[in-house]
Amino acid sequence: MDILVYGTINSVSLALYALGFALVYGTSRLPNFAHGALFVLAGFITWFFLNSLGLPYPVAIVLAMLVTAVIGALIYQFILVRVRGMEISEIIASYALGLAILEGLRWGGFKGMSYTLPVFIEGSFAVAGISVDYQRLLVVLIGAAVVGMLWLFTHFTRIGLALRGMAQDERAAMMLGIDSDRMAVVAMGFGSGLAALAAVLLLPLGNIVVESGYNILILAIAVCIVGGLGSWMGAVLAAFLIGFAQILTVVYLGSHYQMVVALLAIILTLILKPSGLFGRQKELEERV
Amino acid sequence: MNQNTPQRRRERIDRGIKVRCQGIYSLMSWREMTYITAPRAALIAGLLALPLVMPGMYWQRVISIVCIYALLAVGFDFLAHFVGLVSLGGAFFVGVGGYLAAILNTAWALPPIATIPAATVIGATLCTLLLLPCLPLRGVYFAIVTLMYPLFLARVIEALDILGGTDGIMGIDGFGGRWTEQYAVIGMLLIVLFAVRRLVNTDIGLVLRGVKDNDQAIRASGMNVTRYKALAVFITAAMGCMSGAFLVHIYMWSGISQFALDFSILPIAATVIGGGGTLAGPVIGCLILVPVSELLRDFGTLRIVFYALILVAFIVFRSEGIMVYAQRKYHQFERWTQV
Repeated sequence: MDILVYGTINSVSLALYALGFALVYGTSRLPNFAHGALFVLAGFITWFFLNSLGLPYPVAIVLAMLVTAVIGALIYQFILVRVRGMEISEIIASYALGLAILEGLRWGGFKGMSYTLPVFIEGSFAVAGISVDYQRLLVVLIGAAVVGMLWLFTHFTRIGLALRGMAQDERAAMMLGIDSDRMAVVAMGFGSGLAALAAVLLLPLGNIVVESGYNILILAIAVCIVGGLGSWMGAVLAAFLIGFAQILTVVYLGSHYQMVVALLAIILTLILKPSGLFGRQKELEERV
Repeated sequence: MNQNTPQRRRERIDRGIKVRCQGIYSLMSWREMTYITAPRAALIAGLLALPLVMPGMYWQRVISIVCIYALLAVGFDFLAHFVGLVSLGGAFFVGVGGYLAAILNTAWALPPIATIPAATVIGATLCTLLLLPCLPLRGVYFAIVTLMYPLFLARVIEALDILGGTDGIMGIDGFGGRWTEQYAVIGMLLIVLFAVRRLVNTDIGLVLRGVKDNDQAIRASGMNVTRYKALAVFITAAMGCMSGAFLVHIYMWSGISQFALDFSILPIAATVIGGGGTLAGPVIGCLILVPVSELLRDFGTLRIVFYALILVAFIVFRSEGIMVYAQRKYHQFERWTQV
């Protein structure tokens, strides 16, 4: 039973990590390797607003999300747009940017265990004999809500439909008057905002540490690859697959293997079915 | 556009001496022979003289590290620009080669002169076998899977607590003296550099470039694409494993940090800065980047910020690199012409 409860919580967290990455890659084909860095950055921005400026917690959260979204959009607008379409340059440039943000934060003194965010609601309750605190419940609820909203957003709003159009056929979308560069900026903004949302939801459960940026990037990539790069529903399903696999390995093998599971999932998926479990795009192009 | 304003553009024309040097006739005069050999001779002489002009032990050690990174960077350049496989996992080769050399040295007490070639060959075979399933992948997929391999091996070593676990393997023999150490590394770098330059101009090199540009054509010519890719990966892995083996013997220690991202990122940065596809460019990139990052060591992690930003600036604004720029200036002159 506790496997079920913790597996669900872990899976939703993984989905939250990955959604931003999946959104950006799915629409603008940009593997945003700065995703983990934006996640950590959002955590520190929230902390800064909360403790240094003394803003109320909800205001700090909303502001942090906005600021992170703007930073993401600016990174795209001024730097990444110039290497658009050159996959390897995109990976190297975004990874180097992420590295610069993370190591810059570490140099700026944001290290150690002293940076924490408060939980939204104190206390815990019991599900079938296992105590779950309210923050984790909120993670699951908001995570489910975000996935639902994202689905609604991409199916029923103009911007969402434009984003999907770009993902499916960029040329046709451009003929219909969708500015692909502007849409990519929007996508990057949304993706960074989602990373910030994941950060404010999940960081109260632990400390804000710079090192977690790298792990979150790996987890996000793992989820997106197993689900199929560009397929959002695939990413959600893959999050559950990897989430439960991780909890099972922790229970039966030990917590050392948690990361091994994610890495193994990436390698095996790429070798056996590089387009992912649910990816339909470009299945022929990526193999010889 | 206003018709009256004279329009000018810059045109580039090959220098006469470059054209004269293209055939066998370059052997006709000393001047032309010097034109061809001067850049190569300058590189060789410069590298060989480096240990002599370094002020102390510390900087001599830095030169060895430069050469180790340069070996990796030449391998990356070869694989990325001549075969079309972008490997973000240089650390994987370093780690495998390093651990193999460490095991051979501590378990069977082999001297470095035996462990380095053995680690090179065995390690390259091992890496090629491990990467064999991913060879059909291309582009971003191959890049991601190679990025994951070193992380995966490091976590496995950590989790299973094998090969010394997080402490690593200690008590490995060093080289006899610091001069042997440096000239061994520099010599190997020069041999590898010129061997790879020669290789890419042979028939096999032509096929490999075909794999990069149009693999379907290679397939249609009745050649096995995966076999050629495996061959290229073997060559790159051999260079990576050799640098790993050298590294282990220089530091007399082998540990998980050999799978660290440094060994994957710095060679790539060096290739971008030095100029991809030139093979000598990555060496120059390493000669710049590694000492700079040593100088910035006092600033702690700021140096990583620094070289990450240099990397971004180069890849976004000057993606051709130093070597391509220098080659252009050497072989061509520019002038303004009326349009």
